[in-house]
Amino acid sequence: MVFIVKPEIMEQTVVDPMLPQPYRVQRVRKETCDTFTLELEPAPHPLSGAQRGAAGGMRFAPGQFSMLYHFGIGEVPISISGDPSEPNRLIHTVRAVGAVTKALCKAKQGTILGVRGPFGSHWPVEEAAGNDIVIVAGGIGLAPLRPALYHLLAHRGQYGRIVLLYGARRPQDLLYRRELEHWRGRFDLEVEVTVDAARPDEWRGHVGVVTTLVSRASFDTRHTTALICGPEIMMRFTILELEKVGVPDNQLFLSMERNMKCAIGFCGHCQYGPTFICKDGPVFRYDCLKEIFGKREI
Amino acid sequence: METLESLLAEHPFFKELDPRYITLIADCASEASFKAGDFIFREGDPATHFWLIRQGKVSLEIFAPGRGPIMIETLSDGDVMGWSWIVEPYRKQYDGRALELTRTLVFDARCIRGKCETEPKLGYELFKRFAQIFGERLQATRMRLLDLYGVHS
Repeated sequence: MVFIVKPEIMEQTVVDPMLPQPYRVQRVRKETCDTFTLELEPAPHPLSGAQRGAAGGMRFAPGQFSMLYHFGIGEVPISISGDPSEPNRLIHTVRAVGAVTKALCKAKQGTILGVRGPFGSHWPVEEAAGNDIVIVAGGIGLAPLRPALYHLLAHRGQYGRIVLLYGARRPQDLLYRRELEHWRGRFDLEVEVTVDAARPDEWRGHVGVVTTLVSRASFDTRHTTALICGPEIMMRFTILELEKVGVPDNQLFLSMERNMKCAIGFCGHCQYGPTFICKDGPVFRYDCLKEIFGKREI
Repeated sequence: METLESLLAEHPFFKELDPRYITLIADCASEASFKAGDFIFREGDPATHFWLIRQGKVSLEIFAPGRGPIMIETLSDGDVMGWSWIVEPYRKQYDGRALELTRTLVFDARCIRGKCETEPKLGYELFKRFAQIFGERLQATRMRLLDLYGVHS
């Protein structure tokens, strides 16, 4: 099964999916030593002066991604990590690992970037209404899950328990630290954070891999939707843990990452078995990928 | 009133263990509490005990010269702490320090080994449960060796 992108979102995408739209960097927030969050707003077109879209923003669904273009350097796919109810604030969290992402992380307020999107499938936040929700994030995998969490919290009454399990390498690598602390303070959200190792004077939380948090969390396993994003190995072991406690395969959703280039399923760079991650994903229901997930040949 | 046997039977580690064995094990068990900051055991100590955590949180730490203590794992409610008592030379390999008020059930290792020698079925049952713990911790260690969240080219 592949999620159908909402028509109103697709409409924006298909107008001219290969043409980057100008966006201005409004704010840059340093999250960790190599990860930055960019807040973008639509900028007038440099030639026509026209603003993008009627509302001047980009409507997206949680889990979708954009192609961010740093002019003269290149383009990369980056998950949208902002609030879907605020389309005028387009937010991406970028980790500086390659030439383009390093340049993006050096962007200053006022820098103009090109943006294409939104692209891809989304987390099934509406379909999951009535269920408990378990979100398992590893490292920068929290970024594409944050919009889902914003949606869940904005519609809190529609869901049962909501559990966020988040793992990072070290305490200083945790994303959205202030928000994590805010979320932990809520009575209607269970948040457990773990790191792979820490010094006792810098961390008082869990130490261990994120998968160890699954069996400690309390949720109704037969009526739970799990949203998982992180390094692929972490997702594989998380799925094993969720299966062990009884969450059905068709209630596990994961966000896949591959070498996305065109973002519309033309170029084939992100082909994954019979699917294209950019077009059919990045969010997949696990039972649809089960046969090929983790296969080294694919 | 909670008896030692009922506390043992309630703990996830002894879930569905034959009540006869619970009674046997209870002979070797007692309760122990630790305040935040207390060292429960130190690296190199003889592994004379193991613990089931009823409530609280404990960090397993290793001291690295020049870096200070490093927390390598935390254990909390429902976890088992200590397996060095099973294998020779019966020495603790890490420090165990309570991070908060921690209530435990503590077991005399020599007593438990004695029970296992005289009741091999109990021994097998306990070893199966500890093997599960070994497997989980080995898998977690391997995952950390992969440095999942690091940058890889």
